[in-house]
Amino acid sequence: MNRPIRVLVAKPGLDGHDRGALIIAQALRDEGMEVIYTGLRQSPAQIVATAIQEDVDVIGLSCLSGAHNELFPEVTRLLKEQGADDIIVIGGGVIPQEDIPFLKQHGIAEVFTSGTTTRETAEFIRQAVKAREAQT
Amino acid sequence: MTKRTFHDAYREWKEKTESFLTKFPERKQSFVTSSGIEVDRLYVGSDENPSDWERIGFPGEYPFTRGIRPTMYRGRLWTMRQYAGFGSAEETNRRFRYLLEQGQTGLSVAFDLPTQIGYDSDDPMAKGEVGKVGVAIDSLEDMERLLEGIPLDQVSTSMTINAPASVLLAMYIAVGEKQGVPSHQLRGTIQNDILKEYIARGTYIFPPQPSMRLITDVFAYSAEHVPKWNTISISGYHIREAGSTAVQEVAFTLANGIAYVEAAVKAGLDVDQFAPRLSFFFNAHNHFFEEIAKFRAARRLWARIMRERFGARDPRSWQLRFHTQTGGSTLTAQQPDNNIVRVTLQALAAVLGGTQSLHTNARDEALALPTEESARIALRTQQIIAYECGVADTVDPLGGSYFVEALTDRIEEEAVRYIQKIDDLGGAVSAVEQGYMQREIHRVALETQRRIESGEEVVVGMNRFRLEDEPQPPLHRVDPALERKQVERVQALRARRDGQRVQETLAALKRAAEGTDNLMPHILACVKAYATVGEICHALRDVFGEYQPV
Repeated sequence: MNRPIRVLVAKPGLDGHDRGALIIAQALRDEGMEVIYTGLRQSPAQIVATAIQEDVDVIGLSCLSGAHNELFPEVTRLLKEQGADDIIVIGGGVIPQEDIPFLKQHGIAEVFTSGTTTRETAEFIRQAVKAREAQT
Repeated sequence: MTKRTFHDAYREWKEKTESFLTKFPERKQSFVTSSGIEVDRLYVGSDENPSDWERIGFPGEYPFTRGIRPTMYRGRLWTMRQYAGFGSAEETNRRFRYLLEQGQTGLSVAFDLPTQIGYDSDDPMAKGEVGKVGVAIDSLEDMERLLEGIPLDQVSTSMTINAPASVLLAMYIAVGEKQGVPSHQLRGTIQNDILKEYIARGTYIFPPQPSMRLITDVFAYSAEHVPKWNTISISGYHIREAGSTAVQEVAFTLANGIAYVEAAVKAGLDVDQFAPRLSFFFNAHNHFFEEIAKFRAARRLWARIMRERFGARDPRSWQLRFHTQTGGSTLTAQQPDNNIVRVTLQALAAVLGGTQSLHTNARDEALALPTEESARIALRTQQIIAYECGVADTVDPLGGSYFVEALTDRIEEEAVRYIQKIDDLGGAVSAVEQGYMQREIHRVALETQRRIESGEEVVVGMNRFRLEDEPQPPLHRVDPALERKQVERVQALRARRDGQRVQETLAALKRAAEGTDNLMPHILACVKAYATVGEICHALRDVFGEYQPV
């Protein structure tokens, strides 16, 4: 792939805490990626529409309100419905360990909770994009 | 006027305190250490004429560096007010009663995000969020259930509600009426601070100008009808959680406070009519001494602003009264029991800084809402500080510490510089619209993240002293069936109520919003007709529009 990795950082639902989303957006830019931040209160449908329109490789979802089990799988479901499930979806926020297997079953590639470094996240994205390229 | 000496001032303070004591006696006849050493009410140092006494002052006197009351916690402990709310009104009511039984002394209601942003539980925007971060309140009916069996003339209630604060206050007034408690007896606080929502927390609805009007309408209405209510809690808490420094927390919060006072004065209110009901809300993070100094500096700076900038004459207008919550963002998901220790230190700093009310976070809040057990431990932490360690037995125990006084001075100076910068940008509303505070906070948040990732800033159990294979504690879960039940409930209410009356009150509210009438009586009429939070907020959205961030 010749162009930089493109990432959509999104806040699904009504949670307004975007400190983490803003930090990760900046950190991924510093790692050489192209990052678009949706701003607050995006519905899964809006997020998917933006991701397709912007032709991103990765969607990073951030949620601290506890609504992740409903909102994250809705994003992957809509991606599939629109034939865009090659977009890698990762998530972060206040997410209990016990919810992570459920989210992975629903197509979330990885879940990063507090304590993950921005470098680890960037590295995961690079590897995941590389693996996907190899498949196609 | 001849200059007062320290000796005269101290004597005057002692005399005034004696007469204060006849009205407000202390908790005990005498306070002693475990060795039986008598603890004095106030320590002023051994020097008979300390050079900086005027700058620091005496507790209960301008500029209130040492506290807003002459006896502080010797007279009355701070209010122990644990923030709670989840699921349905009934479930939250049960948690309230549990916490009151366990010795909590004030209620603090957490609302779910749809309520906070003015959507009913059956709105498509609410999907997945109903009852999650707080209790779902759609109408007066839910509020009645929430407060069932809680005597509103005896308990003070704080409500973390901002954009729809007028609506929830109206509901509280209406429940009071049903209980036979007139509005002038109601005590409590609504957060009602919209500027920090644009800056840090994101639960805004309307653009800044109409939001400011809603706030000043509450000031004016409450001064007349709900005089014991704190009409706003100007909140630095979320500014700090979004990543600010302690200095920025003080500066941006007080700058927002200045904007509210200016708006109210511009709306024709007399400053001494509403200023005594302004209250504040601060965070307590880990740097123990800086946090203590922060509270002292904020108090002194606000006293100066109110007296010198706004010409307030009533000493109650000069007093900065505040609630403190320990720092949610300082807690770690790793080794959650370590959070109990962090919270203890933060709570101690708040008490040494002279807070009026305190919420201690629970150990599991980096993972989920607190379980009943973890909420109880958090409350016990406050009780141990209050009753066992003796810090509440003398006023401002760290006053006069070279370190604390120097930090207090420094925080005040740096905050003043920020406030001047915001004044230069045209005040807080304009600075928010230009994204100034948002950018400043984001810059610091990034720096903090980099320091944590490099290990320069140690977070025990997270970037140092980690454990492999940590056991996961049991977590509080909100019943997934709750959303469906709440949706059915609000739809049943709409079918049952007097629809025509609802439409009439909503139409009257819209007309008032288009003009200049105080909106509170109109909102109260809507609420009593069982119009929902969503319907009332949509009526206002139709007139005011929605805020689009920069």
